[in-house]
Amino acid sequence: MSDDTPAIEVEDVTFTYDQRPVIEDVTLTVQQGEYLGLVGPNGSGKTTLLKLMLGLLRPDAGTVRLFGEPASSFDAGERLGYVSQTAASADPSLPVTVREVVRTGRVAHVGLRRFGETDREVVEQALDRVGITDLADRRIGRLSGGQRQRAYIARALASEADLLALDEPTVGVDIESRTVFYDLLDELHDDGITILLIEHDLGVVAEHVDRVACINRRLYLHDDPGTVAESDALAEAYGARTIAGVR
Amino acid sequence: MQAVGDGRSDRAILAIGIPVSLAILYVVLETAFPIVYDAVWSDLCAIGHWLDTGMLCNPYLQRGLTTGVFIGVAGPLIGTYLVNRQMALIGEALAHTAFAGVAIGLVVGSWVEWVDDPLLVAVLVAAVAALGLQYLAEHTDAYGDVPIAILLVGSFALGIAIITYGFAFGRTAQGYLFGSILTVTFANVQLMAGLSALVVGIVGLTHKQLLFITVDREAARLARIDVRLYDALLVLLTALVVVAAMQILGAILVAAMLVVPVAAAMQLADGFTGTLYLAVIVGELSVLLGVVISYWLGIATGSSIVLVGIAIYLLAVVGTR
Repeated sequence: MSDDTPAIEVEDVTFTYDQRPVIEDVTLTVQQGEYLGLVGPNGSGKTTLLKLMLGLLRPDAGTVRLFGEPASSFDAGERLGYVSQTAASADPSLPVTVREVVRTGRVAHVGLRRFGETDREVVEQALDRVGITDLADRRIGRLSGGQRQRAYIARALASEADLLALDEPTVGVDIESRTVFYDLLDELHDDGITILLIEHDLGVVAEHVDRVACINRRLYLHDDPGTVAESDALAEAYGARTIAGVR
Repeated sequence: MQAVGDGRSDRAILAIGIPVSLAILYVVLETAFPIVYDAVWSDLCAIGHWLDTGMLCNPYLQRGLTTGVFIGVAGPLIGTYLVNRQMALIGEALAHTAFAGVAIGLVVGSWVEWVDDPLLVAVLVAAVAALGLQYLAEHTDAYGDVPIAILLVGSFALGIAIITYGFAFGRTAQGYLFGSILTVTFANVQLMAGLSALVVGIVGLTHKQLLFITVDREAARLARIDVRLYDALLVLLTALVVVAAMQILGAILVAAMLVVPVAAAMQLADGFTGTLYLAVIVGELSVLLGVVISYWLGIATGSSIVLVGIAIYLLAVVGTR
């Protein structure tokens, strides 16, 4: 596989749920190493598009390719990392330590075999990289939201993922921890990891990402953050379309 | 770039590994197990005499306690995954389908001579119910309360209907309902040992995947773990454990062995592995103390095991406050 294969190619993708189109005719390419922000109002289909891109959902029409392979049959699971929306609110009664969570990042590597020395080393390095080594034996549910999000990043690092998808990762996380968190993402971006970020805070998006995709069922704009701020795309996607049309 | 541990090679390992281990397990149970069993119990019997009790020489107690020791490992082990996936009631529902299986087995056994163990029929019925439940869960995206409740009461009603139609509601049926060590034959002990060993072996092999799915289902799917396969496996193992535990604990109380030791362990351990080990220790304590107490006081074995387990749980709750 050559290095200039796009990380993700979405082509004319439509996805319907209960006969209502949630995503319609979206075409979008994400290059390897790109940092993409996905924005749009609530219920705009951002999460659905993310899941389509990752092969967790199959499109009703169109094709999705992950690193050149059809997303639904892409089986190199260790290349993909995921931090979900609900990750910040883990159940405190779940008896799982931070290290155990980070270790799950190695499961796709070892399959049914036992963890080896390399696996253990990679896990410790990942914990160290995000600065939570001292929390490794604590229950994940007893950490603060920000610490927990770093643990999930560590899991992605442990799996040596080269594509990291985050779905509103900082919901319920305090402002200071957010800054630390987005700085960490910037570092990973500098390392060459492809990042897909769903974020409702447009300020964060403008400040950190390479490109913005503005979604509301359809793709409104796919460009660099500066251009997006100047265009009407945001207003259109967020529902001011009729007003813009009259004007 | 080919993933090292992709779903296909995992399936292959399971598809080849399970039948082979089953065959080995069968041979061990038929040859070595009776010898070890006799040797261990004659030693324990001698120790019992030295301590001035003939209890450990009682063959009923020997068979019951041996079965209990196996269940004390397998039950809490499976239970730790179930409880942390909010699936505790599935064990209860499968126990009731296993009871229906026993009822069918008793009736069929009275017609067909070679069906001499109703528990084998129970394994079959519970396994089919488990896979049915799994099918429903996949097509409705959840282990819904309502289908589980319907399965629970429906199979229980069916079991009672069959038993009362076939013959009077006798001691045998009562034993499967409330648990009794008096009905455990040596063939039962072998079957229970086999089921428990199978469960421990498969959990040992697939723990990482089961844990990943328990902690973060979506991320496990993304990592291309075959979530459906492992879900089906977990429910199937639950069915096996439940049947293994039914004779001692009774269909009504079986789920206790899946839930109570785990609840106690979760009070005390921070991690999942720690919880697993601790749950097994609590399970064993409940079984050993419970069987001894039931022997002394002449109460049903199942209820005394469950009450001991709950006492340990309450101590753990109070002790960690």
